[in-house]
Amino acid sequence: MNKKLVLKLNGYILLFDAIAMILPVLVAVYYREKAGFAFLPVIVLCVALGLPLILSMKPKNKQLFAREGIVTVAVAWVMMSLVGSLPFFLSKEIPSFIDCFFETTSGFTTTGATILTNVEALSKCLLFWRSFTHWIGGMGVLMFVMAIAPMAGGTNMQLIRAESPGPKVEKLLPKANMTAKALYGIYIGLTVLEIVFLLAGKMPLFDAVTTAFGTAGTGGFGIKNDSLAGYSAYIQSVVTAFMLLFSVNFNIYFLIVARKFSAVWKNEELRVFFFVVIASVALIALNTFRLFDNIGGAVHHILFAVASIISTSGFATVDFNVWPDFSKTILVVLMFVGACAGSTGGGIKLSRILIMFKSLKREFSSLIHPRSVQTIRISGKKIDDETVKRVSSYMICYVLIFFTSLLIISLDNFGFETNFTAVVSTINNIGPGLAQVGPAGNFSNFSDLSKIVFSVVMICGRLELFPIMILLLPQTWKKY
Amino acid sequence: MNIIVVGCGKVGTTLVKELAAEKHNIVIVDIDAEKLDEVGNTLDVMCVEGRGEDVEVLIEADVSNCDILIAMMQSDELNLLTCLLAKKLGAKNTIARVRNPIYSNAINLIKDDLGLSMYINPERAAAGEISRLLRFPNAMQVETFAKGRVEIMKYEIPEGSVLSELKICQLRPKLKTTVFVCAVERAGEVFVPDGNFILRSGDIISFVAPIREANEFLKKVGSVSAKIKDVIILGGGKLTYYLTERLLDSGYRVKIIEINKKRCEELSELLPEAMIINGDATNNNLLHEEHIENADAVLSLTGVDEQNVLMSIYASKQAPEAKVVTKIKHFDFDDILRGMPIGSIVYPKYITADYVLRYVRVMQNSWESNMESLHRIVDDRVEALEFRIRQHNALVGITFQQLNIKKGTLVACITRNGKTFTPGGKDSIQVGDTVIIVTIQKGISKLEQILDGEAVEG
Repeated sequence: MNKKLVLKLNGYILLFDAIAMILPVLVAVYYREKAGFAFLPVIVLCVALGLPLILSMKPKNKQLFAREGIVTVAVAWVMMSLVGSLPFFLSKEIPSFIDCFFETTSGFTTTGATILTNVEALSKCLLFWRSFTHWIGGMGVLMFVMAIAPMAGGTNMQLIRAESPGPKVEKLLPKANMTAKALYGIYIGLTVLEIVFLLAGKMPLFDAVTTAFGTAGTGGFGIKNDSLAGYSAYIQSVVTAFMLLFSVNFNIYFLIVARKFSAVWKNEELRVFFFVVIASVALIALNTFRLFDNIGGAVHHILFAVASIISTSGFATVDFNVWPDFSKTILVVLMFVGACAGSTGGGIKLSRILIMFKSLKREFSSLIHPRSVQTIRISGKKIDDETVKRVSSYMICYVLIFFTSLLIISLDNFGFETNFTAVVSTINNIGPGLAQVGPAGNFSNFSDLSKIVFSVVMICGRLELFPIMILLLPQTWKKY
Repeated sequence: MNIIVVGCGKVGTTLVKELAAEKHNIVIVDIDAEKLDEVGNTLDVMCVEGRGEDVEVLIEADVSNCDILIAMMQSDELNLLTCLLAKKLGAKNTIARVRNPIYSNAINLIKDDLGLSMYINPERAAAGEISRLLRFPNAMQVETFAKGRVEIMKYEIPEGSVLSELKICQLRPKLKTTVFVCAVERAGEVFVPDGNFILRSGDIISFVAPIREANEFLKKVGSVSAKIKDVIILGGGKLTYYLTERLLDSGYRVKIIEINKKRCEELSELLPEAMIINGDATNNNLLHEEHIENADAVLSLTGVDEQNVLMSIYASKQAPEAKVVTKIKHFDFDDILRGMPIGSIVYPKYITADYVLRYVRVMQNSWESNMESLHRIVDDRVEALEFRIRQHNALVGITFQQLNIKKGTLVACITRNGKTFTPGGKDSIQVGDTVIIVTIQKGISKLEQILDGEAVEG
């Protein structure tokens, strides 16, 4: 374990944190809010810790191996969540530190679950920071640092792999930093586009920016108590469209920019994604149309809810907690499915589910034809057995974490529906669940222990389980 | 530059490593996903799984925007086919590895039709290097510059030599020689020495000298052995064939020991003047039967590195006077090999990588000060570069005293009007000169880049 290299890289992350916190300070200056002062000591702390780490750590071996890459990412995310929660705590607007930690973790992991009962009471600068964590966490911090600064270690693919979602992460361009730049370019471009569209709908600038951050990261922190219910249908539609856009694999945009449209059309995951969205909307509409005044309104709100859940954002326009069981169950299934690989969304990811179904199909057919040899293909490309195996172990790990945390959460005795959907919503980085944690509720009533468990589960979910698990493995910390 | 390397075997991987160090945008293509992963995890390159001759794969590797495609697969035919396809798909330049002797002769006929910019034959290149080594048995490595007028040699200072405890600046007055010591290896470290550097016995020095001067110098420091006549080559691969052809031309007597009967027959048909012996070269009885102790040179050139190392150790023991050369194909443990009694080491993978690197850097270059050749003198840590000054540039006419040259970089010699000399502080570069510089800097492709403050572009 090359601890020096890990520390040095984390020094960069601290510095990045300090730079990121300048933005909410500017917001505080603009709105003349005292809460802005809470950021200053944190910025000083980040620089005071980060700079010495970067300067003093001179690792003998600068090569970043798989182990160091994974550990760096895991440590960075835990540290970021701790540091990022300090402004909430220092401003005294969220009194309990555990609550602050939960809120920030929920932000960085783009979950959007909140412990706040009255969001609107928070200062603007803290609201901004809260939404900004979504935007940072959406594409990944290490990826950002890589895009702008040449880091130690020649190859940084290990970092991208650990931070990007999906069963198999490949480069888009020959160099890791070119890939990071391209992805961030698309990310920033889409975010700006959304802000423009929202402003066109007469949304105030502050609301537009924070909502765009929440959509881009597929996070879902609203700045209003009723999330997006109070805005016009146009604004809600823009958010629906962008939630779907951000839950598509970013390689698609890259292919579009490169004018390889046939490859876009051939993308199996994309087609299945839209099929799932349309099918879910249709089924829910059949089940719930009596609740709405007219068909147009029904489709509008159902599409919003489906997009919000499958993209793992968690914005709400209506309280789907009052829908019939069948519709609610469809939404819970969608929570598990999640977005496409290589997007900013969470969940198990469609491509993993595709791989699982296809390997299941292969298993069945090999029972009938024991000697048959079959290749699993996605979008016409061969998926090697190593990837299939990793998807299976991912699922085992997923179930393991899921039930362990469910067991601990059930100590709070809030009823099965609440507990179950609370864990589903945190491990898949969605935000709202059902019953007490539904779109109208929040996580404030849970015990401190449960909140800590939720925070860890959120980071696990965002980093696709393995990095945090590896952090707990004793052999990771051995020298050889 | 955008470079696609097809096939990442040993040579391909070595090449990719060098190119990645020079910050090119590299895509590698191979059918073996595991190998790709291995390279992709350690180097900053993009991997595409598939066959090089597959048009879809080439398009995925973005061949239409690539500046150079290098085909390094096992099969010559596939390499040539891949290059032809790549050219049709819009690759600007293509380089193929072609190893079969039969194609080597035919390639000049079809090179233009295939749109091939260059072809490399690693075995033939290695054969050239070994034959140079045999001309100077005391040198560990020999390279030529300036169309053979200048040589760069590696020499280990023996115990009690006049060179030991000598300051570099005393070389010229004391030995009356113009050789220029440009790199010293001591206990695994490499120095680019200045005038006050003191040589010690056991040091391995690399020096640049005009061609006759080099031999004179070796005579003066008291180590010249008899000219090599009898050469034993252990292993009869392609390298052996190319080498023997050369050696026989130069009048050496060559004996080849090869284990495969069929190959022996082939060799005896191809090389009527060579003595071909069918037997296992790792059998020491056989080696003695063939009088290894009387050979002037023993070359271990089988396809198995371990065998080569062991046979060379044995040969240096049995025939301490003989020049021993060891071919290393796969081993990565350069440090350890350097300390072993296995004579000069020849790495076909580095030789091939050098060829391509030279081409890539020349490609990258503007025309005015062209790099003519590149050699690596201390494995891959020190480079010697040859430039021809075609036009006026920032260095021309300014004395070296006034130039601010990068650390670890030396101007080793200048060839002007057919005469070669080692420049002093009052000399300067003129248009028409051939300049050789020695540097530990990587990626220099223009002469101006030796100046302090000039960035080496990627």
